[in-house]
Amino acid sequence: MTNLAILPILIPFLSGVLVAFTHNRLGLTRTLAMLLAIVHLITMGFLSFHVLTEGSIVLEAGDWIAPYGIVLVLDPLSALLVLTTSIILVAAVWYAPSSVSEEQESFYFYAFVFLLITGVSGAFITGDLFNLFVFFEVLLMASYALITHGGKKVQLRESIKYVLINLFSSMLFVTTVSYVYAVLGTVNMAQLAERAAASDSPGIITTVAILLFFVFATKGAAFPLYYWLPRSYIVPNPVISALFGALLTKVGVYSLIRTFTLIFHQQPEIIDNLFIWVGNLTMLFGVLGALASRNIKLIVAYNIIPAIGFMLVGIGMFNIDGLSGSIYYLLQDMIIKAALFLLAGTIASLAGTADINKMGGMIRSHPMLGWMFFIGGLVLAGVPPFSGFIGKLLLVRGAFEKGETVTVIIMLITSLLILLSIVRAFIRVFWGEGNTGAEPAGKHGSQIFSAGFLMLFTVFLGIGAEAILPSVQQIADYLLEPQTYIELVLKGDH
Amino acid sequence: MEIIMIVLAGILFGFAVYNILQKRLLRIVIGTALLSHAAHLFILTMGKLKRGAAPVLREGAENYSDPLPQALILTSIVISFGVTSLLLVLAYRAVKTNGTDNMEELRGNNHD
Amino acid sequence: MENSPNNLIFKTTTVLISFLLLGFSVYLFFSGHNSPGGGFIGGLGTAAALVLMYMAYGFKTVSKVLPINYRILTMTGVLIAILTSAGSFVFGQPFLSHTFTYVHVPLIGKMELATATLFDLGVYLTVVGIALTIILSIAQDRSTSEENTSGQDTYSR
Repeated sequence: MTNLAILPILIPFLSGVLVAFTHNRLGLTRTLAMLLAIVHLITMGFLSFHVLTEGSIVLEAGDWIAPYGIVLVLDPLSALLVLTTSIILVAAVWYAPSSVSEEQESFYFYAFVFLLITGVSGAFITGDLFNLFVFFEVLLMASYALITHGGKKVQLRESIKYVLINLFSSMLFVTTVSYVYAVLGTVNMAQLAERAAASDSPGIITTVAILLFFVFATKGAAFPLYYWLPRSYIVPNPVISALFGALLTKVGVYSLIRTFTLIFHQQPEIIDNLFIWVGNLTMLFGVLGALASRNIKLIVAYNIIPAIGFMLVGIGMFNIDGLSGSIYYLLQDMIIKAALFLLAGTIASLAGTADINKMGGMIRSHPMLGWMFFIGGLVLAGVPPFSGFIGKLLLVRGAFEKGETVTVIIMLITSLLILLSIVRAFIRVFWGEGNTGAEPAGKHGSQIFSAGFLMLFTVFLGIGAEAILPSVQQIADYLLEPQTYIELVLKGDH
Repeated sequence: MEIIMIVLAGILFGFAVYNILQKRLLRIVIGTALLSHAAHLFILTMGKLKRGAAPVLREGAENYSDPLPQALILTSIVISFGVTSLLLVLAYRAVKTNGTDNMEELRGNNHD
Repeated sequence: MENSPNNLIFKTTTVLISFLLLGFSVYLFFSGHNSPGGGFIGGLGTAAALVLMYMAYGFKTVSKVLPINYRILTMTGVLIAILTSAGSFVFGQPFLSHTFTYVHVPLIGKMELATATLFDLGVYLTVVGIALTIILSIAQDRSTSEENTSGQDTYSR
């Protein structure tokens, strides 16, 4: 049943339309959105199980055979990412009613959220470079609508920069796709991989690859292209920040993993060094931004950047440990970033300000919130037994295997600084004498529970690493062998 | 012919970047429109320019023009149509709420 | 959007042109199956005709004649497109597969009926809805804002 591969796109898309139809009746919309999000989660859980146990699903849309039509490939990597996306969707829909104003909610809020998920899932499962661009645009369109949702002064101001930078990188993406088409004569990823491997001019392919790296690094906020991210991610509602922080940059990282393991690995010494050094600098500069900031939302937003650095370094190592570390980090970072953004949003809304110097003593009124934020910090910094530790352990092992000692040192320093930035925020907000936090939990209950729902998954990813690690290592193994993907899509009979 | 088209695309890219780097919002929007035109022209050129041949319609066609770049351009045009109209509305709203269309004044500060 | 004194020529020609445009856009929509045309361009043609009507006769008059909520039109279009393509689930075909058949219709003769036309209908409705939503929301916003903040045009320099 190859049609199963379309479900990650079809369910959110259909849900978005259904929710848009009911946008006038708020109660119905909320229930419907929650119901559909749960249906999506269950379906994705089933699909991931199916893919992990019985192998990948390839759908040739419209019955056009592989190199000619568009293919959707639900392989283990895509399946796990789509599953994680659906978990975040459930938490976001759970958190939204208590945070988004009713007026905003009835203005197609859930429809745009589902559209965003459609784009993200589509980008994860497509097997066609140009189709990847199309899904990028779908998710960007939804994100443009969401980032301006509410239409506050500061939102409109920051969103212009966000739209411009994304528009520019999208157009560069199209240009790069046309370069790729000119050089290799196809846009199907499997066929690209095959032709790139057989090509006798690796130099030009590497040049195109670096252009593509620039495109995805802009979307994924790598050094020095991250400057647009922190400010524009903190202006919308916390739910939207959580969705953006969890999903959008990770789509960029996923695209890097997919294209560079599959297609553009002709001159490993150049590509690997590029990834490792950009990753190193991304880690350092991102965490410095987090340390310099006094705004709790900005601290969390800046912490997205070092995480991107960790994943880039992992891709650059190009061995089993490095890649599985990257994938593990990708999965857990999606969840923990969403949780931290939600928590930071709750803290800021309780305190009435986002400035950590003006808060204090919140632990007495909201102990649950405080300890969850603290655990979130530990996960982010990679303290055992939480999920961040496993990812970092794999990355460090990979770096030693590759002989990149400098990277190991930078990774450890960055982790320490991440811990410092979060713990400092924790101390300022929750300890000491405070004038804030007297408000009863009330409507913030569902906010804390939805963030707790995500926390459960990170703790599970950490403690249950034994169960997940083999699949992740299998994926890394599979990524290192592009031939498997090529045979899967092209079936060897073209 | 390809050379001329590529130079033309390059000029368009140049003008687009120049316009995007201006301070006034409308110029920036025009710059993005030029940018998408440049990219589309570029795709067309990369698919090899050819005259007087239809895309493949039946098997065994000897002389045909490549249908893929045209499909890509069509998709891309639709997308840039959407993005440009969204950007125009956004720019208009931003100018109305912020009271300025100068990017220098839209920079923002640390306090909000 | 509001009536201005000198639009007699515009109004008179609109009657002719907008209906020509509507007819041409329907032709484009149906010709799209095997020759240039299709839902997207047909939808844009229809949207152009409607916008012309709005420009000539004002928002109120046209909305009285055509009481359509374009947002709902968009959603209906998307829904039709999704459901047509998801129909492949029922028949066990790959997603987005389409089929066609020849039917003998009295008076007209042999006709080709394709499911792709249904998908195109969805595209058509979506394009009309989206284009008019964009244009009308900008146009209406301006007419209200000019009343509220008349003469406040000092910000461009």
